[in-house]
Amino acid sequence: MSTTSTPPDRDRAAEPSAPPSGGRRGRRGRGAGRFLAGLLFLGPGLTYLIVLLMIPLALVFSYTVFQRGRFGGVVYEATGENFTRLLDPLYLDVLLSSLKLAAIATAVALLVGYPTAYMIAMLPRRWKTIALVAVVLPFWTNFLVRIYAWIVLLSGPGLVNTALIDLGLIDEPLELLYNEGTIVVGLVYSYLPLMVLPLYAAIEKLDPTLREASANLGARPARTFLSVTLPLTVPAVLTGCLFVFVPSFGNFIVPELLGGGHSAMVGNLIRDQFLTARDWPFGATLALALVAMLVVLLLAQAWTARRYSRA
Amino acid sequence: MSRIRYTRRLPAVVATAGALLAVAACGGGEDTTAAAPSASAAQLDPNADLKKQKLTISIWDGYSPKDLPDRVMEKFGTKMDVALHATNEEIMGKLTAGADSGIDVAFVSGQYAQALNEAGLVEPIHPELIPNLANLYPEATQLSYDKGNKFSVPYTWGTTGICYREDLLKSEPTSWNDLLDPPAEARKKVTLMTTERWLALPALKAKNYSVNTTDDKQIQEAKDLLVKAKENLLTFDDTTFGDRLKKGEAVMVEAWDGWCPTSEKNIKFKVPKEGSDLWVDTMVVLKSSKNKEAAHALINYILDPEIHSWAAENILYKVPNKAAMEKVDPGLRPDGSPLAMSPAELLQGESIIDLGNDSQKYTRLSTELKAN
Amino acid sequence: MRRPPLLHVPFWLTYLFLYAPIAVLAFMSLNAGESPYTFEGFSLKWYGELAGNDKIQEGLVNTLVVALGTTVLATVLGTLLAVGMARYTRSRVLDAIGLLPAILPDLVLAIGLLVLYSAVNMTLGLHSVLLAHVVFAMAFVAAVVRTRLTHADTSLEEASRDLGANALTTFVRITLPQLAPGIAAGALLAFTLSVDEFVIAFFTAAPTEPTLPVVIYSMVRFGVTPEINALATLLLAVSFTVVIAAQRMTRLTESLS
Repeated sequence: MSTTSTPPDRDRAAEPSAPPSGGRRGRRGRGAGRFLAGLLFLGPGLTYLIVLLMIPLALVFSYTVFQRGRFGGVVYEATGENFTRLLDPLYLDVLLSSLKLAAIATAVALLVGYPTAYMIAMLPRRWKTIALVAVVLPFWTNFLVRIYAWIVLLSGPGLVNTALIDLGLIDEPLELLYNEGTIVVGLVYSYLPLMVLPLYAAIEKLDPTLREASANLGARPARTFLSVTLPLTVPAVLTGCLFVFVPSFGNFIVPELLGGGHSAMVGNLIRDQFLTARDWPFGATLALALVAMLVVLLLAQAWTARRYSRA
Repeated sequence: MSRIRYTRRLPAVVATAGALLAVAACGGGEDTTAAAPSASAAQLDPNADLKKQKLTISIWDGYSPKDLPDRVMEKFGTKMDVALHATNEEIMGKLTAGADSGIDVAFVSGQYAQALNEAGLVEPIHPELIPNLANLYPEATQLSYDKGNKFSVPYTWGTTGICYREDLLKSEPTSWNDLLDPPAEARKKVTLMTTERWLALPALKAKNYSVNTTDDKQIQEAKDLLVKAKENLLTFDDTTFGDRLKKGEAVMVEAWDGWCPTSEKNIKFKVPKEGSDLWVDTMVVLKSSKNKEAAHALINYILDPEIHSWAAENILYKVPNKAAMEKVDPGLRPDGSPLAMSPAELLQGESIIDLGNDSQKYTRLSTELKAN
Repeated sequence: MRRPPLLHVPFWLTYLFLYAPIAVLAFMSLNAGESPYTFEGFSLKWYGELAGNDKIQEGLVNTLVVALGTTVLATVLGTLLAVGMARYTRSRVLDAIGLLPAILPDLVLAIGLLVLYSAVNMTLGLHSVLLAHVVFAMAFVAAVVRTRLTHADTSLEEASRDLGANALTTFVRITLPQLAPGIAAGALLAFTLSVDEFVIAFFTAAPTEPTLPVVIYSMVRFGVTPEINALATLLLAVSFTVVIAAQRMTRLTESLS
């Protein structure tokens, strides 16, 4: 099960540079053949990624220095205007509030996900698998439909309000939908499994004797957790946070469907620049800003993870 | 502008069946393409074999008769596919992306047709291939985004106003200010539209400014008004405000006339005293189309009163087609209902036109409003 | 190992959080009435409506075509890439390129491809979605297969080479069978990701050939009907079956190897 339900990135992120395993001896002297074989394996995939990933990204990022065409597309006249516009408080605010919402969603996912992952790891083997599948299963249904379910639950005439009114707890429907809180709930709901899986994998791998030793030495469970379990799972915590943060940060569906347009996120802004305003260069500049912020976070994550795995 | 599926199921079925019978009865009537003069300016062949052409149209869901492809096949032998778009922006994104979208005829609002024309993406209308243009109201040939129907043909038209629950409001809204600064019973039960030009409309009109203003100060004032209005807003909504009214989730919404479910008890539509817009949804033929003769034949066919009256009867949108409107059962349009508005009344509204580079100002307004 | 009793509460709350919305959807799909909010008695009529909805069926067919094509292409390319990266290079740059699509926000990839297609003036269609889906699906397949590779026993490969077999023979006869469960898992992942993918399809699909998520998006935007509940329930049921089947399959292949 672990191979199908675990996002593959886990292993990669936890061990950023898995060395090519073994067998380094006795390969020298077959240089040319080895090169050809390497080309055969790597060639098709890399060519594909260069044409359909690297070139598109290069195109998008090169658009950041050009002017917008009147009806979309670009006019190839250099300008720094797009970057000046990026510094406009209006767009900085959106970037910051996206950062804030994505960070809150990540924190909530961690707070919810850690105890869950811990519990799953402590379950008997048979239940473990079932509990894991159960976490992943909603993730395998349509993303939009899952978001839509929250509208049914939370809207004014929605089920939560109806139930509360029927129970006599409230008189007027509560405003549960269309605010920043709902956006956070939607993001957590969408990406929680991505938090639980790496945490589970890390907690599962922990040597139980460490905890037992700590307990035998008289440490209380909380103490054991804080000084043994938690530090050892920091890399997984970082991985999980990254998995939740990245898709949350660039999301435009959740703010649109659950936020009711009350707070746009950077994803909405980019989408609107490409589809509504047809200002591709500025949309590209926003995308560049998004990617740049993610790269900084990725580097920080890799750096911290390496420090912890060394310690 | 986006449209919702038709609201009345049973009448729709009956009317469609009736229209189908009517078409069958006069099937093979006049040959619409034979009458076209051989204009040298036109690259189109009036005698093209339409059976060899294939049509793809893009339209809002529920905005054309469901059996239109069958009828087109029957009449011209042309295979027709219908693609759906939810909003003008969505289809504009596809049409302006550079690549051939595969669309022959697109249904877009007037100012978007204008933008498409300025971008050189639409084929000029060849009037000689559309004799049914004569069915249009004279007013419908002089619309400001396209005087003389040079590149677009109007499909439906109407205005924007306040759609509200009579039973849940203490007094009838008469001004855009009632929507922007709602009474206590409507607090957090108001929606405004998402699409930026219509989003700005209530505030601009409340200040008696033009909906096409490019004056920074006026746009700023409108923005300030909207920022205040946002405190009392449920959400921005282009597509489901009618449903929200029916459920009581909203009590007062900015609405396009045809989409205000006035057939429901207690739901009324009002054009505020400051005035409003005149919007037109149009049909355009794409330059990239390889089936332009069939595209023109289709537009001509839609302007046939039998077909065009479908929109009025089933989705309750006014059509700019005199012959078609005269066919509509008067019972469907009681006095005071949106469908009963005359072209003269409609023309009091101001057409939204494309503002070119200044349209960025409205994008910014919309972003500022939604970012805070 | 004793389980800390306090953890039971967040544990069960998590599952409630995950399943309450889905349970509500499934229940309301059986609603006889029009409203997605008030239950008016049991009926299967929305499943009937669904069966008669051409747009959904077209979307489903389009989605399956794209997903199957994506799975085949991404599995082949991704597996080769994984073996190449694990056995023939130690380049960090290549690693990064191979994993980039899995980390890159889908929106950025979507606009990148839109810009590319538009620059070469390509006609949009199912092929444009398929080409786009392979980009990220390949990265996921490569990652899954690589995980498997790092656990695989390399001594067999070495023995094969020492006995004079060339790289291709070694790959086909030794590496591939060892990797089979990983490749199967990768293929399944590619398929699922493609079926559920919305953002990239939204930008790169032709308006005439929307995939199912694009159809669902426009349905959700146009208000909520129990028809969507029915569709959601069906999708859930299918996913459930696929996951269970996949799990059985993996266990089977694992017990065989």
